[in-house]
Amino acid sequence: MTGAAQGVAVPRHASALALLKATDITKRFGGVQALSEVSFTINHGEIYGLIGPNGAGKTSLFNVLTGIYIRDGGTFMFDGAPLENLKPNDVARRGIARTFQNIRLFANLSALENVMIGRHVRTHAGVWGAISRNAGTRAEERAIHQRAYELLKYVGVEKRAHSLAQHLAYGDQRRLEIARAMATEPKLLALDEPAAGMNATETASLRALLEDIRRDGTTILLIEHDMKLVMSICDRVLVLDYGKKIAEGPAAEVQKDERVIAAYLGGEVSLNLKGTT
Amino acid sequence: MKSFFDTTKNPWLVKAGFLLVIACLLILPWVLASVGTAWVRITNLAILYVFLALGLNIVVGFAGLLDLGYIAFYAVGAYVYALLASPHFNLHLPFWIILPIGAAVACMFGILLGAPTLKLRGDYLAIVTLGFGEIIRIFLNNLSQPVNITNGPQGITLIDPFRIGSFDFSKRETILGLDFTGPIKYYYFFLIVLAGIIVINIRLQDSRIGRAWEAIREDEIAARAMGINTRNIKLLAFAMGASFGGIAGGMFSAIQGFISPESFGLTESVMVLAMVVLGGMGNIWGVIIGALLLSFVPEILRYTVEPIQKAIFGQMLLEPEVIRMLLFGLALVLMMLYRPAGIMPSALRKRELETKVKA
Repeated sequence: MTGAAQGVAVPRHASALALLKATDITKRFGGVQALSEVSFTINHGEIYGLIGPNGAGKTSLFNVLTGIYIRDGGTFMFDGAPLENLKPNDVARRGIARTFQNIRLFANLSALENVMIGRHVRTHAGVWGAISRNAGTRAEERAIHQRAYELLKYVGVEKRAHSLAQHLAYGDQRRLEIARAMATEPKLLALDEPAAGMNATETASLRALLEDIRRDGTTILLIEHDMKLVMSICDRVLVLDYGKKIAEGPAAEVQKDERVIAAYLGGEVSLNLKGTT
Repeated sequence: MKSFFDTTKNPWLVKAGFLLVIACLLILPWVLASVGTAWVRITNLAILYVFLALGLNIVVGFAGLLDLGYIAFYAVGAYVYALLASPHFNLHLPFWIILPIGAAVACMFGILLGAPTLKLRGDYLAIVTLGFGEIIRIFLNNLSQPVNITNGPQGITLIDPFRIGSFDFSKRETILGLDFTGPIKYYYFFLIVLAGIIVINIRLQDSRIGRAWEAIREDEIAARAMGINTRNIKLLAFAMGASFGGIAGGMFSAIQGFISPESFGLTESVMVLAMVVLGGMGNIWGVIIGALLLSFVPEILRYTVEPIQKAIFGQMLLEPEVIRMLLFGLALVLMMLYRPAGIMPSALRKRELETKVKA
């Protein structure tokens, strides 16, 4: 276990380092084994990469973690307590926020409103508060508004605050999704291919943003196909292939792992197909 | 023109316009009464439709849940009022006690409908809600045996009007030298309730709850991933919408004095939904315009079609009802071609979001 390796002297300290500990996570779709007994540990303050070829089970793992799918086996320990098949909204309340591979913003709402909705889970006004608009609700609304604007500034789309989300440029939409997720005050920010479709400049500024987020105290779980980004930013990387964990460790080590290379280049399968193509 | 009506440059315009509208609304019943008392009654019914449309707008417009059985809540509210304020059970509770009861019972029915349909959307939800509406109507039609609760298809008669002490809303009397007929008294009362309901709607829309509804309408999975408890928020939409329907139902009972299951058929549900869609789903002012248009146009036709045809052709060729349907059909086609999102679509709303917030 990696956590133990980092804190050999004081085992207790090691468990305090672990923010998320997944043990034997399993998910089946009919006969397809999407995830088989995947175990890993994400430490506080890390950027943890999750890579693997298409269909390896990365997004399935995200969906299982965030409660969109119900897992068939395994346990998650998050921030000292288990995540017992919680609903997505409970997972968000516990402190895991995510973005989606195919951007899922609230397209017809403004950028600012998108982020304001992210504040929902950390605010309280109910129907009576809304109707009466008492002092407490007004103060809360001001705080929501201000925080949302700060987050837009943080990710750098504050100039488009009042544009509809669907009218934002692609890269800005990705950033807005991150701002919306950050609005829920996550301890773990799970990003599903944030750099997909970005050009080199956009990826570079995204990288700077991710580093800012980590520096400001949020742990990041990152699915990404852009290997340059993954290798340069991730502290540790988990590699999945056909739903199985094939490697875990610092980026530089994983890069040299034979099984990883085989998985990415096709390994035996491509050798077998050589004659036919 | 447009620059003159730019309210950010001329903020006094908003106040002036507001006062003008209020003045018009205050004078309106007297103008209508000079044409005929029937028109005041028609206006009162139109205001009830505005209540209904605003209530349905919460479910359909804000939360995006297509509800084809909304009139059931209106029926529930109407029957609660009728049963608690008529000789049927010999109960005569005052209206300010019954209306909240009606709202609460309708709210309960809203949750009853919402709970089993939480996972349904679009067409599937529409079918289930349509069935729910019919179930309520059929129950009302048949709950006369073995214990007579609703008096079946005969309906309930002699329902009490609103009364506060000796002040009776249905009686004609002279106050401050003005001749107040029953409908005019109701009109002013409804106007006050309408103002309250509009304020509630505006505040709900621009609140944490309203944003959660919008989020669910836009993308339910993303809404859940952002920590919104979609189950509770959806149930809340059903419950709020139903309560408004319940209040409107109670008022309907009181001004009509008679109700029967016939008044709460599917066509009524469709009519209220048409008001919401015509006006612009999710836009409070649009929905109000839609409700007023669809309430008044048929009545205007009823009073004008016959004389116009007699004047031109010397006889009546088309019934007002036929013309109404022709116009509805035409309106439907024109709306689909030119304004598919409604008269005042909400997607294009330019909400005055504060831009001066500095971090």
